[in-house]
Parts: sequence; structure tokens; C-alpha cells
Amino acid sequence: MKVLQVENLRFSYDREPVLQGVNLEVEEHEFVAVIGPNGGGKSTLLKLIMGELLPDEGKITVLGKSPREAREEIGYVPQNTNVNLDFPIRVLDVVMMGNPKQHREAASWWERLFPVRYNTVERRCAYSTLEKVGMAEYLDRRIGDLSGGQRQRVMIARALCAHPRLLILDEPTSSIDVQGQKQIYALLKELSRDLTVLVVSHDLSVITEYADKAVYVNRTAYTHDLRRSPIHLQQPEGEHFCEIELMQMLAEKTCECEHHGGKKETS
Amino acid sequence: MEILHYTFMQNALIAGILVSLAAGIIGSLIVVNRLVFLTGGVAHSSYGGIGLAIYFGLPIFLGASLFTVATALLLAWLTFKKRHLSDTYIGLIWAVGMAIGVIFVDMTPGYNVDLMSYLFGSILAVERSDLWFMGGLLAVVLLVVHRWYREFLAISYDSDYAALRGIPTGRFYTLLLILSALTVVVAIKVVGLILVIALMTIPTHIASHRSATLYGMMMRSALLAASFTLLGLWISYRYDLTSGACIILVAAAGLVLESLWRSLRRPKSPA
Repeated sequence: MKVLQVENLRFSYDREPVLQGVNLEVEEHEFVAVIGPNGGGKSTLLKLIMGELLPDEGKITVLGKSPREAREEIGYVPQNTNVNLDFPIRVLDVVMMGNPKQHREAASWWERLFPVRYNTVERRCAYSTLEKVGMAEYLDRRIGDLSGGQRQRVMIARALCAHPRLLILDEPTSSIDVQGQKQIYALLKELSRDLTVLVVSHDLSVITEYADKAVYVNRTAYTHDLRRSPIHLQQPEGEHFCEIELMQMLAEKTCECEHHGGKKETS
Repeated sequence: MEILHYTFMQNALIAGILVSLAAGIIGSLIVVNRLVFLTGGVAHSSYGGIGLAIYFGLPIFLGASLFTVATALLLAWLTFKKRHLSDTYIGLIWAVGMAIGVIFVDMTPGYNVDLMSYLFGSILAVERSDLWFMGGLLAVVLLVVHRWYREFLAISYDSDYAALRGIPTGRFYTLLLILSALTVVVAIKVVGLILVIALMTIPTHIASHRSATLYGMMMRSALLAASFTLLGLWISYRYDLTSGACIILVAAAGLVLESLWRSLRRPKSPA
């Protein structure tokens, strides 16, 4: 079964279309990178996939259901996790927020009536989820005391807590250092063995090293399969390789591929 | 200890404790949700309810409660979707509420109201019936905050994510504003409508440095608020000063001492 299927999608905020003629397919266990210029419609596409917005035309199917029906099977990691750092909250509290249902299933009537403390089932669930992202020993730490990269891992654990089949991340590394970024992507790659990962990123290394597919979004979407034709970036000496160039290259390459592919089938 | 023999003093002490506990708990939620200014606006607009109650001959508590809850609902509706405009709306409601109060008091024939007692509190005038109202509110606050603790935590920390996980954020935002409006109303007798915001924020601010969880913060600020109130009340009795102002200055002194203590304990960074 396809994890995500977008067919001939059209969406506009006022009259100006933000997305038009978007087609996209994501298979199970794929690691998909979504790139494209700011204002090109990446965030809008995510909101449509998560059922926060409804398309004007076309159809979105997530795990064979409508986005709203599939909501509980989608994990989401927001862009900026450096907000509310003074908030008195522990890693455990943040992670448990990802799965409000867990509580109701495991709790006694008293715990259900006054759900301030976490029971053993919940603590165990939080611990094992944090173990997956390498943060288990930080369970009782205050969230504001962590580094940006650690906090981002906690947010991934929060998304994993409800056992999603599709994990969506919106620029997860925009506020952390280079070393931390690599670790996050390596983690996502590992996670993609058990679930499907869709990540919006401006980071070139995702596309060259980790992703299976790159989707270039700018009013419409082009998909490029990196497993069939990987991209090798040769950074010229002393020159800066710019994201825009990569995007253009991807867009061109994708058109070429589609063209060639079409020819092959007919011949 | 002879002061405890007077009924009015007993009432004042019980009222002080009941109101401080509610103010500490709701104050924590107000602070972490950055709704201090909004609550200040609701507190001041409550004077409109007082004026209306005086004019129509209703009990003051009832008039003020109905009016502030209506104000809170209006603000919840106006500000939930447009947080960036909330400044303007709060300022408007702040002033309009007070203006309504002044006009209706003016229009009440032969009523020479002691405005100061509403602005700065009159804890020694608390009656038995007021205590029931205050106790009832504290019970409701405790029940609601415990029962929906997870929901309040989720909408306070990350409202967008809470909405994504199916929590009706608008409903809890409205509920929080209603509870703050009611807390403000009961606190008017104790510290007055101008000073109530300090009772809801100073203990909370101190507690926030020492708490790892929102629940810990609520309980600590409730206890701190009650201690400040009792000490302030004693000072006000001893030196014959306005009780509300004494309570707030004691709280402020507590805040200063706590910050000094923290800055002394913190290891000095090099250079």
C-alpha cells in the first residue's frame, strides 16, 4: 500500500494558486526529502497532507485514508523547537504529549480522573521511545536545559510516541549545529527502516547522503528518485555550491528522466 | 494572638488563604500562557460589573462575576485566532469596563461609594457568605486543573501541537480565561482589582525558577501566595496600613530577596 498518494492537487489561499497539478507518491519505508524555495508551497503541502487544510481540487490519500482519518498515524515534528525554553516541563512530559490515548488505555479510574502523575506503563513507553533517539537518560531533565540537537531528538520522540507509520519533519535541523544535523539525519535514516520519513529541508547533505527520493516543490512538484540516479555534488574549488543550483539541476534532471523514461516505455 | 478572637480577622485570614491558593494556581497558567496583560484587562473591566450591580441593586459578587465572565468570553473570542491584535482589544476592554462602572455609580442616586475599597481591597470587610463563594471557586479551580491537567499542560506548552493531537485548544483557552476572571473577582475583596495581577504573578515568578513541572509551579506559587498574604495581613494589622498594598509589597520583597539569593548562589562566570 502507498503511504502517500497525491493526485492532481490544487490549492489556493485567495485566488492565487499556491500549488497546482501536484502529483506525488511515497512508498512504505522511503526516506523522502522535500526541497524548494521559500514561498514555493512546501509548508502548505505539509498542512494539506496532515489534513489541516483541504485541497481545492484533487485528492490526497494517506495510508489509504483521508488525511484527517489518518491523523493518528502521522507523527509531526515542527520547525522551531527553541520556543518556550523557560517553560517548567520535563522531557517525560513533552514525550507523553505525543500520545494522549496511551494514558486512557493504561490508567486506573483514579488516574483517569486526576491525570497529573504518569503511571508505570506510560513511563516505560516514554523511556523506550527516548531510547530510540538516544535520549533515555534525560527523561527527568527540564527541556530548557538541553541543547538544540537534544531538544530536536525529544521532539522526534514525541512524534514517535504514538507509533506513527508516517513521520513528517519541517526543517528539523534549522536551529542546530552541523554535527547535530548529521546525527539527526542518521537517526532519521535508521528510523526509516520501520516507518516512512518525509522531511522538508534546505540541507544538501540530506539529498546527497540520506534520502531515497527528492521532491522539488515550487507551485508544482517534481519527484526525483535518488536511488536510480544519485546526485554527486562536485564542489568546485573555492566556489560555493548553492542550494538554488541544486534545485535547478534536480528540476532539469527530473524532466530529463521522465522524458527518457517515457521513450523507453514506448520503444 | 488576641487578634484571632475577632470574627472579622478570622474571616480575613480564611479569605486570604482561599484566594491566594486559587490565585497561585491560576496565576501559573496565566504566566506560562503569557496572558498577564489580558488578565489585567479583565480585572480592571470588572469595575463595570461592580457599577452595574450597585445601580441595579444586585449582590456585588454576582454582578462582578457575570460581567467579568462575559468580558473573558468576549476576549477569548476576539483574541484566540488573532493573537497579534490582542493588545488593542485588551486595552479597549480595560478602559471601557472601568468607564461603564464609573458612569453607573454616578447614576445611582444617593450612593457614596468607596471606590478605593474596590481598587485596593477591603479584606477586613469579608463576610461569611463571601467565604463560601471563595471556597467554592477554589474547589472548582482545583477540580478542573487536576482533571484536565494534561490538556492544560499541552495547550500551554505547544498549542499548535496540542491541536494536531486532537485537543480542543479553543475550548480550553476559553475555560482558562473564565477561571481567571472568576479568580480576579474573588481576589478583589482581598487585594483589590488593581493589585490582583501582582498576587497572580509574583509568587508564580518565584516558583518558576524552582519547578521542573507545571504542577510543581502551581503548588509552589499557591503556597507562596498564601504565605505572602498572611504576612502582609499581619503587617497591615500591626501598623494600621491598607492590607492589599501590604500583601503586594511583601510579595515584591520576597521576589527581590529570592533573586538576590539566586544571583549569590550562582557560580560567577569568568570575566
